Amino acid sequence: MSQNMVNLKIDNKDVKVPEGTTILEAARKVNIDIPTLCFLKDINEVGDCRMCITKVEGRRGFATSCIQKVEEGMVVHTNSPEVIEARRMILDLILSNHHRDCLTCIRNGNCELQALATKLNMDNIRYDGEKNEYEVDDKSPSIVRDFNKCILCRRCVATCKNVQNIGAIDSSSRGFTSCISTVGNCSLNDVNCTFCGQCIESCPTGALHEKDSTKEVWEKLKDENTYVVVQTAPAVRVALGEEFGMPIGTNVAGKMVTALKRLGFDKVFDTNTGADFTIMEEGTEFVKRLKENDNLPMITSCSPGWVKYIEMNYPENLPHLSSCKSPHEMFGALIKTYFAAKYKINPEKIYVVSVMPCIAKKFERQRDEMKENGLYDVDSVITTRELARMIKQANIDFTGLEDEPFDDPMGEATGAGAIFGVTGGVMEAALRTVSEIVTGKELQKINFEEVRGQKGIKKATIKIGKDEIKVAVAHGLGNARQIMEEIKAGKADYQFVEIMACPGGCIMGGGQPIQSAKTRMTVNVREKRAKAMYTIDEKSNIRKSHENEILKKIYKEYLGEPGGHLAHELLHTHYEAKPKYKILDNAN
Amino acid sequence: MEKNSCCMDKKLEKELNEILEKYTDSKDNLITILNEVQMKYGYIPKIAQMKISEYLKIPMAEVYGVITFYSRFTLKPKGKYTISVCLGTACFVKGSEKIMERLKQRLNIGEGETTPDGKFSVDSTRCVGACGIAPVFTVNGEVYGKATVKKLDEVLDSLQ
Amino acid sequence: MNTLEKIRKIREEKRKELDLRVNSKVGAKEKHILVCHGTGCTSSKSPKIIENFRKIIKEKKLENVRVIQTGCFGLCAKGPIVIIRPDDTFYAMVSPEDCEEIIQTHIIEGKTVDRLLCKDIDGSKVQKLDDLTFYKKQKRIALKNCGKIDPENIDEYIAFDGYKALEKVLLEMTPDEVINEIEASGLRGRGGAGFPTGKKWRLTKDVAEKQKYVVCNADEGDPGAFMDRSILEGDPHSVVESMIIAGFAIGANQGYIYVRAEYPIAVQRFGVAIKQAREYGLLGNNIFGTNFSFDIEIRLGAGAFVCGEETALLESIEGKRGQPRVKPPYPANSGLWGKPTLINNVETYANITRIILNGAKWYSSIGTEGSKGTKVFALGGNVVNVGLVEVPMGTTLREIVYDIGGGIPNGRDFKAAQTGGPSGGCIPKQHLDTPIDYESLKEIGSMMGSGGLIVMDDTKCMVNLAKFYLSFTVDESCGKCTPCRIGTKRMLELLEKISNGEGTPLDLEKLEELATNIPKTAVCGLGQSAPNPVLSTLKYFRNEYEEHVQEKLCKTGECKALAKIQIDEEKCRGCSMCKRNCPVEAISGEPGKKHHIDEEKCIKCGTCITVCPFHAIA
Repeated sequence: MSQNMVNLKIDNKDVKVPEGTTILEAARKVNIDIPTLCFLKDINEVGDCRMCITKVEGRRGFATSCIQKVEEGMVVHTNSPEVIEARRMILDLILSNHHRDCLTCIRNGNCELQALATKLNMDNIRYDGEKNEYEVDDKSPSIVRDFNKCILCRRCVATCKNVQNIGAIDSSSRGFTSCISTVGNCSLNDVNCTFCGQCIESCPTGALHEKDSTKEVWEKLKDENTYVVVQTAPAVRVALGEEFGMPIGTNVAGKMVTALKRLGFDKVFDTNTGADFTIMEEGTEFVKRLKENDNLPMITSCSPGWVKYIEMNYPENLPHLSSCKSPHEMFGALIKTYFAAKYKINPEKIYVVSVMPCIAKKFERQRDEMKENGLYDVDSVITTRELARMIKQANIDFTGLEDEPFDDPMGEATGAGAIFGVTGGVMEAALRTVSEIVTGKELQKINFEEVRGQKGIKKATIKIGKDEIKVAVAHGLGNARQIMEEIKAGKADYQFVEIMACPGGCIMGGGQPIQSAKTRMTVNVREKRAKAMYTIDEKSNIRKSHENEILKKIYKEYLGEPGGHLAHELLHTHYEAKPKYKILDNAN
Repeated sequence: MEKNSCCMDKKLEKELNEILEKYTDSKDNLITILNEVQMKYGYIPKIAQMKISEYLKIPMAEVYGVITFYSRFTLKPKGKYTISVCLGTACFVKGSEKIMERLKQRLNIGEGETTPDGKFSVDSTRCVGACGIAPVFTVNGEVYGKATVKKLDEVLDSLQ
Repeated sequence: MNTLEKIRKIREEKRKELDLRVNSKVGAKEKHILVCHGTGCTSSKSPKIIENFRKIIKEKKLENVRVIQTGCFGLCAKGPIVIIRPDDTFYAMVSPEDCEEIIQTHIIEGKTVDRLLCKDIDGSKVQKLDDLTFYKKQKRIALKNCGKIDPENIDEYIAFDGYKALEKVLLEMTPDEVINEIEASGLRGRGGAGFPTGKKWRLTKDVAEKQKYVVCNADEGDPGAFMDRSILEGDPHSVVESMIIAGFAIGANQGYIYVRAEYPIAVQRFGVAIKQAREYGLLGNNIFGTNFSFDIEIRLGAGAFVCGEETALLESIEGKRGQPRVKPPYPANSGLWGKPTLINNVETYANITRIILNGAKWYSSIGTEGSKGTKVFALGGNVVNVGLVEVPMGTTLREIVYDIGGGIPNGRDFKAAQTGGPSGGCIPKQHLDTPIDYESLKEIGSMMGSGGLIVMDDTKCMVNLAKFYLSFTVDESCGKCTPCRIGTKRMLELLEKISNGEGTPLDLEKLEELATNIPKTAVCGLGQSAPNPVLSTLKYFRNEYEEHVQEKLCKTGECKALAKIQIDEEKCRGCSMCKRNCPVEAISGEPGKKHHIDEEKCIKCGTCITVCPFHAIA
């Protein structure tokens, strides 16, 4: 279908764009920047904040350029004095009701509001007045909501409600007292929030952020009696560089290891190895369940946001979940058992820190199910962002660092472990292993293209030997819901399903560096980070989990068979139904 | 005590189910259902919010968002007497502001609040349509027209 | 008998029976006692009056006497109102205790109860409704049936040409012909903005979509306006009928009416009307045997002024927070559930049947060049005849306030009239001769609005009034867009500062800046028009703002911080009215001697100012 083109003039530049383009998009095509705040491409296009107003000749009032479509012959002025004056008034009003403690704000330097204030030369607040004051919600182990910094752009609401299909938060009250709140304004800890953290990724200010764990990690690093081990998730290495101004999609694994060592961690391990263990365990479990037709489809369990989601929303379908712990938990358990024994370290003195692209991992870490012999598998989870802050705090010149490898004896992982961080990756890694276990033959083609890519739900039929299995991959909880509804209705004929809570998988996790709405409009962050992940896989010496030498060694020396008794004790867990809302304690 | 409140909840749940059964689970019934619950109980109990949320498959935060948007819906039970002063323009021009001030002063509570003894609630309303006898206030819906500070005092004194 | 024949038969027979309602007939067998059952009169015990009448009639075993509850007669200030037909006697301020006397003296003995007759502006007692000056300059089109029929009796509606327009439309006209007629009539939206109704219908009709909706906006939120409520209470079928016609014209078969839950009587009556229309086959499938089907559902508002804005109203019907949508797209293209939707308000619909029956030519002969027909106003505030009036467009403000409204009570002076509610502006004395139409009102900084018309005398402070409206807007802002959410709040804060005597010239400057920029940047009509009360009072009463700021003076004493209530010794006659009415016993003085206010005790409630018969207190 050939698209009709529309001609218009923006700030005296001739522009030709397809019909249906917004003024904002058209302007960006010719490098004219119109400021926005509430706009988040494809997610929140509502025109609430009024920042993006422009003047269209011959029209009364201003045009809302983030939603107004271009028209033939339109003459647009994006920065006439009249427009600038109105925009400054709007920003002034927003700032007048904002806690302006920028210097100590978690988003200092990466705040869209701050950037705009600089851009619009806000030298004072002319319309200062009463401010709303709110209590900060830091009750949950994952998210902090500081409503005093909220500017009511509602990007978080749109993400939570429309993308993730959760609706833990929504607009409440009205007028000046409008706010974004949970039901009854209670803590996120007590409602249907899954801690996926996508709201944080969409927040332009410091109103939503992860619960900081860097202080407790610094404490342990300071303590000479504690053996501090750190492991880093697959997705961290392809995003961490962004915090230091490196291009999106740069793999900084080597620099990251160097930085962690400089920070004083006693061992720096790779969670990718943990992912290889997960594949061995999950693959074995799947083969067994497939054979016994036991609660199929089996669904992956490595995304803690997803696990909390199914526990709250589909408790009756919990038996479909794989009993495997997530990679870093498996790895934590092995560090405190196998590694501790081998290196003769008292496991009680070991402190395992996981660097994760995820804030739900902070919640997962402290679940009672994640304990062995009274010790948590993992003691602290910090996000990619928190690691970046620690590196900055230590005044390390990250971009200038040399590369160093992960530490032995659990350092080397496979390409299969690497792609865990992207949607379809767990499925692909599992298929590589399952296929070879079942057939006993080497795979001709190890890339399973059919489960890759950005489509919300990917379905495929995979041939394993003579048999065919049907698989599905969903990312983002909105898509997960669709799959679950199919399963619930008995309409799902898959045998194996991969679900990740975050759209795009861990690379787009709630703990990853935050990219501005402007960047997200022009750069496909997801694609770039995913590409970096697949490049790591392709460049790996070993690309199948079951061929990992370390794995083989640990099974042989310590664990026994995959899915065996000890493996089960250490690497598997169980899940149980959770109430969606914990607010009826004092009924009425 | 606990047992008692549990029975209360059961009764409430049963009544709520009866209300819900009258409607389809289409989302646009939300406000109509809330109106009915508000009328019946004088507020929207949490348990009702939960039930409605489940029934219409609307997240509780959204139900809460709707409740807090519309001024007729309240989250707390009202006092024995709800005294509502009309602050519509016709009443305003005829001095209803003074009635409101006096009311708040006498009861020592603000708009939308209830006295600690649960006896009185103070509200403002925008035009009950009795502009012909402005200014007016209402006590549990009953309209008192051509109101004065003195008349309000008398009415308050008479309410037990 | 099919629906059509049945309706025609009722029309013919019932019309004969009810002829005494419109024609004075000496010696008619029946007598009808019409009692107003609108909200105003209901609040002053009209239900009790009806009950008493019926009881007495039963006790006295009177035949041929009927008591009918009707909609609003309009003259609410004189309520409760009772009218006896066919002789058309108008009794005002009737109390339940008066029923006995009315029955005995008027009905049985055939004499007038003199003491209950209404006094006209000149003080003379008037026997008949039509003789009252209040009604003389009015022209009742939208309110035609209000006060004439029992709104809960469909037969009475049918008797007075009810559902005749629908018959004509369905049997004789095409949708285009209907729309042509509406277009030619020049009818414009009575909700406030005055968009041409026919054009709106045409736009909605022209969208090629199978599912469309007709919506009636009865979320009359303007405080001090009750036109729509009176129509729904007094003549609900006229709205039902017009909505069906609209459905036929644009190609919709489902209608919704969105009514404020604060209007319980209107909701109940409209519900009855829908039920009756369904029973008669006027709603439902294949109306009058045609292919056309239509039904109406009621949706209740729940206390949000912004839901009067059409897109917010749609959101609310969908069960959501009533937050306006950014336009375009307009509801004609994408309305309820994204489908083309026609939205008109109650009064607009009330005009439709009359236009269809009497023709566009007749309708367009009433009114001015740009504004055709009549407009209903809720006349309130400091005016003698508070009530509901319907006048031809082009009537001047002076005629409404002085001729119909009877002027300003208590010997005070006219200061300003406010139209358009929180979105409108204040009209000062020098514009009293402005003809009421959409353009003229806009020109002088106000707007037609839905029809609230509040008169203010010289005891009113314009800064305080602006503050009142802004506090309303702040309360009712939906909170969606920044300028309205925070901007109106800041404007209110500035007004409070000025009213408290803490304002500076810079504050005035800021107030004006915000008032200029908010209309350009807000999403919906509520925010865009929120500064109007400030802009118009600044325009006409700037000196008052300046007095508050520079001299820390509020001449009216309404701004309490700036008020000092004093008794003018020259004027005080020592009548003790003030002393008796003071709620805090702050006034002392012997009868016949000068009185004095104790400033320590005084709570500045202003009661004494109002009650002083000699205007000695300020």
